[in-house]
Amino acid sequence: MTSSQAPVLEMRGIRKTFPGVVALDGIDLDLCRGEVHMLLGENGAGKSTLMKVLSGAHRMDAGEIRIDGRLADIREPGDALALGIRIIYQELNLVPQLSAAENIFLGRAPTRWPGVIDWRRLYARATHLLRDLGMQVDPRIQVGQLSLAHQQMVEIARALSENASILVMDEPTSALTSQEVTQLFALIERLVSRRVAIVYITHRFDEVFRIGHRVTVLRDGKHVTTRAIGDVSVAELVRLMANRELTDHFPKIRVEPGRELLRADRIGRGTRLRDISFSLRAGEVVGIAGLLGAGRTELARAMAGADRPDTGRLFIKGEVVSVRSPADAIRCGIGFLPEERKTQGLVGGLSVARNIALPHASRISRLGFLRSGTETALARPLIDELCIKTSGPAQPAVWLSGGNQQKVVLAKWLAGDADIFIFDEPTRGIDVGAKVEIYHLMNRLTARGAGIIMISSELPEILGMSDRILVMHQGRLQAELSAAEATEERVLTAALGLAS
Amino acid sequence: MTKIAGPVPPVRDPGRPSPTPGRFASARQFGTVIGLVALSTGLWILTPHFLTVSNLLNVVEQTSINAIVAVGLTFVILSGGIDLSVGSLVALSGVVLGSLLHAGQPLAMALAAALVVGAASGVANGALVSWGGLPPFIATLGMMSIARGAALVFTEGRPVSGFEPAFRVLATGRVALIPAPVIVMVLTYIVAHLVLTRTTFGRYVYAIGGNEEATRLSGVSIRFHKTMVYGVSGVTSAIAAIILTARLNSAQPIAGMMYELDAIAATVIGGTSLTGGEGTLGGTLVGALIMGVLRNGLNLLGVSSFLQQIIIGAVIVVAVLVDTVLKRRR
Repeated sequence: MTSSQAPVLEMRGIRKTFPGVVALDGIDLDLCRGEVHMLLGENGAGKSTLMKVLSGAHRMDAGEIRIDGRLADIREPGDALALGIRIIYQELNLVPQLSAAENIFLGRAPTRWPGVIDWRRLYARATHLLRDLGMQVDPRIQVGQLSLAHQQMVEIARALSENASILVMDEPTSALTSQEVTQLFALIERLVSRRVAIVYITHRFDEVFRIGHRVTVLRDGKHVTTRAIGDVSVAELVRLMANRELTDHFPKIRVEPGRELLRADRIGRGTRLRDISFSLRAGEVVGIAGLLGAGRTELARAMAGADRPDTGRLFIKGEVVSVRSPADAIRCGIGFLPEERKTQGLVGGLSVARNIALPHASRISRLGFLRSGTETALARPLIDELCIKTSGPAQPAVWLSGGNQQKVVLAKWLAGDADIFIFDEPTRGIDVGAKVEIYHLMNRLTARGAGIIMISSELPEILGMSDRILVMHQGRLQAELSAAEATEERVLTAALGLAS
Repeated sequence: MTKIAGPVPPVRDPGRPSPTPGRFASARQFGTVIGLVALSTGLWILTPHFLTVSNLLNVVEQTSINAIVAVGLTFVILSGGIDLSVGSLVALSGVVLGSLLHAGQPLAMALAAALVVGAASGVANGALVSWGGLPPFIATLGMMSIARGAALVFTEGRPVSGFEPAFRVLATGRVALIPAPVIVMVLTYIVAHLVLTRTTFGRYVYAIGGNEEATRLSGVSIRFHKTMVYGVSGVTSAIAAIILTARLNSAQPIAGMMYELDAIAATVIGGTSLTGGEGTLGGTLVGALIMGVLRNGLNLLGVSSFLQQIIIGAVIVVAVLVDTVLKRRR
């Protein structure tokens, strides 16, 4: 649809190396006005690096960038902004204490005298802009009180108020509920009609086909293909990204459930968790579905000792236990993969081996003394088993790609004798290949007699990997479905609180 | 579930170069060492007296007290905190030591009491931070004032002077030319380095400074270990107090003023990140030596003490600036 127009952005032969790694190896990308250009690739394929070159966060080693046919010299973020390039990162850049309007016009607020903000004009402009974009956001509200979806909209509004003509969105839906995704997509359509050019990075194939016009696939820092959306299928895209056919996304192997490992009895915590009872048996994967804010993460944290529940009892292998800290949970054999690997899962500055050994440091020490060799010995088999791509156990975890970081956090719990695993969004933000590896790992764990509680916002994953599915809604258990009876509609209906 | 025995395989796969924390830390320390060597060379050219054995030993001896205090601060800063009370703890531990010696208590008893006072005050700092939830800056700012006041009250504001030779040997004694304070400093660094690199406690210090929440979710008691970190800082302050009291032959309630700033400067010049999780004791030692050499050299050159303050301030800023710029480039 866009081939007839001159592209607004042309990137040619972009090359970028980091010590020891070629991150981008001669990448081409062009973008037309009013186009949503999907950028696909496994983690480490080069998507983020390419966008960082475009935004001036990284300087390219070779190649050229043209905006409207003119050669652009992007050396630092200010250059990119001046050229109308804006990036909406997953971590939003807003000041939570200021109002939506103040954020939109941050640094450019209309003034009456120098240094004195003209509040009336500020709000009038913000209201106008937000209405124009079809956003139902009160410009006077503090941004910190807005939902994540609305914060994202404020950020997009800010970009447009600066006359951005090229908008890059980096996995914008990863933390949104399906309703919010629909709102975002409506907004994207408005942007398209205003001739904004959009680069959209995602891991979700359904989005590619819902809003994309063209798709570019990167692999290992190289450009693989650029196609019109109508010309490709999901299977083909997966093959292009991974260079291997993934015939089965969910290689679930069912195991006959064994004895009861864990039972929660009327667990409650404030208004976020109310009266939750369920059980987990050996060999089972219990999926927990629900919308954002339904209390899934709160439930996981309560069982893992991260937060203390107010009421209720927890039974481990038939015995009442008191889990008042993460250490207590670990003693009970619970391994917890938290939702945010960067802030809760990993110590980035520590090596891969030391991260893996962290929960076991006192166990593998002698009189408080710890040898690096012992940590390495503990970590090495797991690095092999999980195929963690690292230059060695001594490499700092922060240097690994997202999928490999996630595997390091998993390895922390595999290194011990945990048999109850609580996985909160185990595959969020990681590439297809790593996802499938994590599914295989879950199969191996259940085959060994472990039980897994898996929270996920991706319904296909819940349906594909669970033996039983618990659906939460506003802090309560809304439904419990067996794998046989669960369908996408039934889970969603319960998650919306429409049935019990 | 995974247990392996036998010899540990080599750590790094060949042929896949990649930076490791060890390598970066050593590169960073290498830079600090180069700074120290360059500084010393410059001073040697400017004033030949600088590079004499007696002067160098003098420099290290003068550095020892700041270097010992900086050990504790390195622990605290690595864990992501700060300790402003070290100077006051030097004074408090010192006057307790001096008073007990004057009261005729046995030497071992007096030394133990000084260490206990330092440790207890440090633990109190740690408890305020861990259990009280106070920002380390505030908790230790309070302790800075309280300990100083306690030292003044305890001595009614007067120094306690004149000790037996058996105690003064800690300052005047030499083993094969090497002054006793330097030996104490070296021993402190060796023990602290082993604790930091070879024990679970040391590992937790880095982990807590690097990512406290991830460490907590790994089952590590944050409160206990943080409290201990401040305890270590109290103990090293007390060790410094012992050396200082022996050197001056006097315990003064106003001793140790501004020691916290010198120790913080040594730590950050040595490459420890103020946000925690990154740094080494070797770096801190070199940082302390840089400050000591600079002071000594400026004295030898006859630079006025007013001007010296400006120069030392500039060195601190430039050292950390170079570090920051290099990191940004990385």
